Amino acid sequence: MINYVYQLISPRIFNIKYEDIDLQNQVIIKPNYMAICHADQRYYLGQRSSEVLKKKLPMALIHEACGVVVKDPTNTYEIGQKVVMIPNAVKEKDEIIYENYNKSSHFLSSGYDGFMRELINLPIDRVVPYQEVDDKVAAITEFVSVAMHGVNRFKKISHSRRKTIAIWGDGSLAYVVANILKIECPESKIVVIGRNAEKLAQFIFVDKTCLVDEVSSSLEIDHAFECAGGEGAAYAIDDAIQYINPQGTIMLMGVSENKVPVFTRNVLEKGLTLVGTSRSGREDFEKTIYFLEQTNLAQKLQKIIYVDDEVKSIKDINRVFANDLNTTFKTVFKWNF
Amino acid sequence: MIFGGILAGGTGTRMNIVNMPKQFLMLGEKPIIIHTLEKFLLCNRLDKIYVGVHKDWLTYCQELVEKYIGHCEKIKIIQGGQDRNATIMNIIESLEEEFGTSEENIIVTHDAVRPFISLKVIEENIDSAFQYGACDTVIPATDTIVVSEDTKVISGIPERSQMYQGQTPQSFKVNLLKKMYTDLTEEEKNILTDACKICVIRKVPVHLVEGDSLNIKITTITDLSIANAIMRGEKTE
Repeated sequence: MINYVYQLISPRIFNIKYEDIDLQNQVIIKPNYMAICHADQRYYLGQRSSEVLKKKLPMALIHEACGVVVKDPTNTYEIGQKVVMIPNAVKEKDEIIYENYNKSSHFLSSGYDGFMRELINLPIDRVVPYQEVDDKVAAITEFVSVAMHGVNRFKKISHSRRKTIAIWGDGSLAYVVANILKIECPESKIVVIGRNAEKLAQFIFVDKTCLVDEVSSSLEIDHAFECAGGEGAAYAIDDAIQYINPQGTIMLMGVSENKVPVFTRNVLEKGLTLVGTSRSGREDFEKTIYFLEQTNLAQKLQKIIYVDDEVKSIKDINRVFANDLNTTFKTVFKWNF
Repeated sequence: MIFGGILAGGTGTRMNIVNMPKQFLMLGEKPIIIHTLEKFLLCNRLDKIYVGVHKDWLTYCQELVEKYIGHCEKIKIIQGGQDRNATIMNIIESLEEEFGTSEENIIVTHDAVRPFISLKVIEENIDSAFQYGACDTVIPATDTIVVSEDTKVISGIPERSQMYQGQTPQSFKVNLLKKMYTDLTEEEKNILTDACKICVIRKVPVHLVEGDSLNIKITTITDLSIANAIMRGEKTE
């Protein structure tokens, strides 16, 4: 069957690629709602290095999406089943290394076509079904699952004294991490430190918020999550190292294009653990769907979703990326191709 | 119920190549008609897909479907008629034999040689046929349309903004189309080769569904070369 693939061929320019896809062994999904990630936006704007752009484009963007099963040769799902799609393509199973860090895995929308296609063909284990989640929230499952993965790794790695956990960052990732921590670590005091008062106002459910330049010198935390990324990553990591108690764990979750200096003297002196986390695997997706269906997380996420008009042309794709630059949190849109 | 009607009655004369009707020629790794059928099969609102084929190619078409798609209850290959509308009527006769008549029956007719059809256009045809009774898939004309009644000089140049190029699918309420066709005289049947034109002549409104410029009809060797180029990613928008 001939499938339409909407590829970014150079910054802000899309092209339709037609490809014949395998209908025999894979589940076929019609995408419904999609969400834009900062990574997509960086490719769209051409903010990656020219070497990276040359290597990875042309490529269909978007790795956060939900859809509906239109064909399943394995008979696992009924036609019409709503699913979220896992953009991590796994080649080898490994009992030690998570699938999202496995060297043989690759990521759709990072060198491989993402979900901006008419139909999506995936191995059956790359979809997770859902029933009771708003489609617009389901669209950001991948994003939430990355936070879920970070929190799960944190729980496995960090020591059990978790009286106070601080999050640096006031964007969407920090918001989701804070929400998951409130559920997963109900006894912990959650402090969110950010740069924007209006963004911090959304974090009404945490124990304390403060602006970066108003952090009390007496602040003491047991563990930290760095969710700032970009230019803010260096400051966030530096602050976390300063305020964290000995043997604390710092989860590094924000993506930075540049190398970040780390004050290793204090890392060594305090015996800190720095953990990098990114992306997620099936286990994280399943847990995220469970949380979305069984807790009030989905309701909370509604607050960080901006639903743009539907996308049904290349002109609309450009519009939605342009609008995303002006929205504070996550841009979600209906994919109607 | 909703039915697909794939029109594959052509015998390949326009291709100017021996024997093989154009819908059976290879596009990439598969015959053109298989690409078309695979897209129709993904439309789960369709209850059955009928393929109208020239009698000389019935067995070949059956074998082709068996080879590339496998046994499929949802596809039925039938003998086409002497022209496009006669093939549609054969399909209607076949579907009514199997499922009976109903005011709610819809048929989505489509050229087998338009393999770049999207699922969305099929779905919009179904919605439009349900709502309005008849619809045609079109794209705005980009070239100026020139009318010449004597084939020598221009007799008129219509306003381009009102001009569209007709594609397929064309979709109808089965009873509506059947009634209009059976009311035609033999002479009218010879002239009115397009099902939507029958509606227009009979003052039945035909609603427009937006098509795609790349939903091309592969009728010549050049078209096939273009289609293969599109599949190889040589077209940039």
